[in-house]
Amino acid sequence: MAVRTLGWLAVLALVAGVATAFGYAPREVVQGNVQRIMYLHVPAVLTAYLAFGLVFLGSVGYLLTRRPGWDRLALAAAEPGVIFTGITIASGSIWGKPTWGTWWTWDARLTSTAVLFLVYVGYLLLRGMIDEPDRRARAAAVVGILGTANIPIVHFSVKWWRALHQPATILGPEPSPIAAPIALTLVVNWLAFTLLLLYLVAKRTEIARLEDLHAG
Amino acid sequence: MSAYMRRAWIVVWKDVLSERRSKESLNALVFFSILLLFVFQFALGPERARVEAALPGLLWLGFILAGLLAFGRTFLVERENDCWEGLVLSPGDKSAIYLGKLAGNVLLMAVVEAVLLVLFAVFFGLDFTGVLPALCLVLALGTLGLAAVGTLFGAITAQLRARELLFPVLLLPAVVPILLGAVSATQSVILGQPLAEAAAWLKLLAAADLIYLVVGVLTFEFVLEG
Amino acid sequence: MTATGLEAVRGATAPPPASDLMIQAVHLRKIFGPTSVLDDVSLELGAGHGVTLLGANGTGKTTLLRILATLVRPTGGSLRIAGVDAVKAPDTARGVIDLVGHGSWVYEDLTALENLRFWTTMGGHDAAPARLRTALESVELDTVADRRARTFSAGMKRRLALARVLLGRARLLLLDEPFTGLDRAGRKWLSEYLMSFKARGGAFVLATHSFDAGIGVADRVAILAGGRIALERPAAGLGLDDLRRLYDDLAMGAEAGS
Repeated sequence: MAVRTLGWLAVLALVAGVATAFGYAPREVVQGNVQRIMYLHVPAVLTAYLAFGLVFLGSVGYLLTRRPGWDRLALAAAEPGVIFTGITIASGSIWGKPTWGTWWTWDARLTSTAVLFLVYVGYLLLRGMIDEPDRRARAAAVVGILGTANIPIVHFSVKWWRALHQPATILGPEPSPIAAPIALTLVVNWLAFTLLLLYLVAKRTEIARLEDLHAG
Repeated sequence: MSAYMRRAWIVVWKDVLSERRSKESLNALVFFSILLLFVFQFALGPERARVEAALPGLLWLGFILAGLLAFGRTFLVERENDCWEGLVLSPGDKSAIYLGKLAGNVLLMAVVEAVLLVLFAVFFGLDFTGVLPALCLVLALGTLGLAAVGTLFGAITAQLRARELLFPVLLLPAVVPILLGAVSATQSVILGQPLAEAAAWLKLLAAADLIYLVVGVLTFEFVLEG
Repeated sequence: MTATGLEAVRGATAPPPASDLMIQAVHLRKIFGPTSVLDDVSLELGAGHGVTLLGANGTGKTTLLRILATLVRPTGGSLRIAGVDAVKAPDTARGVIDLVGHGSWVYEDLTALENLRFWTTMGGHDAAPARLRTALESVELDTVADRRARTFSAGMKRRLALARVLLGRARLLLLDEPFTGLDRAGRKWLSEYLMSFKARGGAFVLATHSFDAGIGVADRVAILAGGRIALERPAAGLGLDDLRRLYDDLAMGAEAGS
């Protein structure tokens, strides 16, 4: 029941998000309408990080308690996490095409996000290869914990690596002060994505629980 | 020596002894390094300048590829000889086994890296003698990080059918910071720059090593469980 | 077995409190995916006693043994080893257990002596060469002490595993087909060792599908069939033929039922 309400809230918020992104937020002077993709890109990456935080939580929870519920949380968060990361990369790439002229440059944030994507795809592949539930949960938990612990290190290493070769790009919200309508639109969309993530995690956890019941 | 250190030490002793007797891994890895040299040269073409420019990257590419082979096999001898359960049943903190295996891997990689350095020097006509101490520091920090993750993931994938596929898939994204840091630091060192130039990278490597080691030590017992 | 007096070498976990009951297994269940291997196994074993577990291959003897060894977590049920909850605190329980399983824990590139040195050190026991050689003598492997284990027969590897047990301080021995590959002298040695092990307060579970060797040393015989202990009887007075008949009946019944 609560989950369904969450679902509807997410839908409402998403509608609001799209409306503000296209109707309310101003058209950017330099980049034009393509800049509106930021309202997809930034919330997506924030939500992805939240998802991987949940993976970390579930991983640690399982190792400490051995209760399957934690492992289901980790799985349920990893799948949407990978999807949101994919959306981040794709939207970042699309956003960059008019600006950079190519679909990809090794921009620091995009690269870090891509590495994150690879880490958690590996996480899901690993899960797919182990049948025994306890072993799968433990192995995944360790990989998940290292993956999350690695996030800041990856971030800094890529940032410094790029600093060697290129100054920072213009991709991202304008430096302060951020105009109110832009900030509001970002917040609305971020909220919408977060609600969507929570709904997906709740639903997926439930499905996983039913799968386990069925298999056992 | 505490019981913990004694157990870590006996694991290193056993692995070194086994390797010295069978020479399986070492021979194959050394030969692999030689092959890599040829592959790099053929891939980059005859112009020496191209190879020299890519040198730090090639060096670490070589180390990582050798590491993929070496670390993936970390627990192979335990699996083949049915000794895994013996390790699981041994009393005390299991992280001693992790550290022992890690030390063994670092020693193995040290030999392979030394060979690769010599081969690079000979085949590409390079002279490392001036920068050797600084270079060794970078190699040590980088290898420690690679081995810390490699040993942990090697244990995870040891029991999987698709171990050869999954191990690189898990390891490579995880060691991106090591790769970036080590290549940049190596570049700086080889150009003869003072160590202070590479200080930021060295600190990054050290921080990464520390984090990977801590995660490894804390989570290894969960990997080893039957 | 020589006292070692090396408390300092013991692992960080304190030894579990002494208890009269070495094993208290209640309603153990083990499910692997869609297959239920153990349905409802309850077993009690006191110190100074031994039980022989009989069952055909595939009946779950090895799985049960591995659960008792804390190598495998049961899907359901509870297990206490020497008073310690073996599911919640397996590491504590492992301090008193030794397993002689299908695999003999032998590193092929190491000599017999080196293998013993490794496992004895891993177990936190004194690994003095003299002590190791004495153990090898007991299992008649002293002549090959410095030979690489790669050349050993299966029986020799099994004897090496027994030497390893000699050097430990286990109070619960779990043995899976230990008599396989042993000649008559070896079987006699093992039987005598198990009797003296019991006399010193140890307990053992011996899993086997062969009737002759395992019965003599045990106090009780349990037959595993259909995922549960179908029969448990004191070994005294149990004739070999009676046992065989009972076993066949149960095995047949289990097959018919499944």
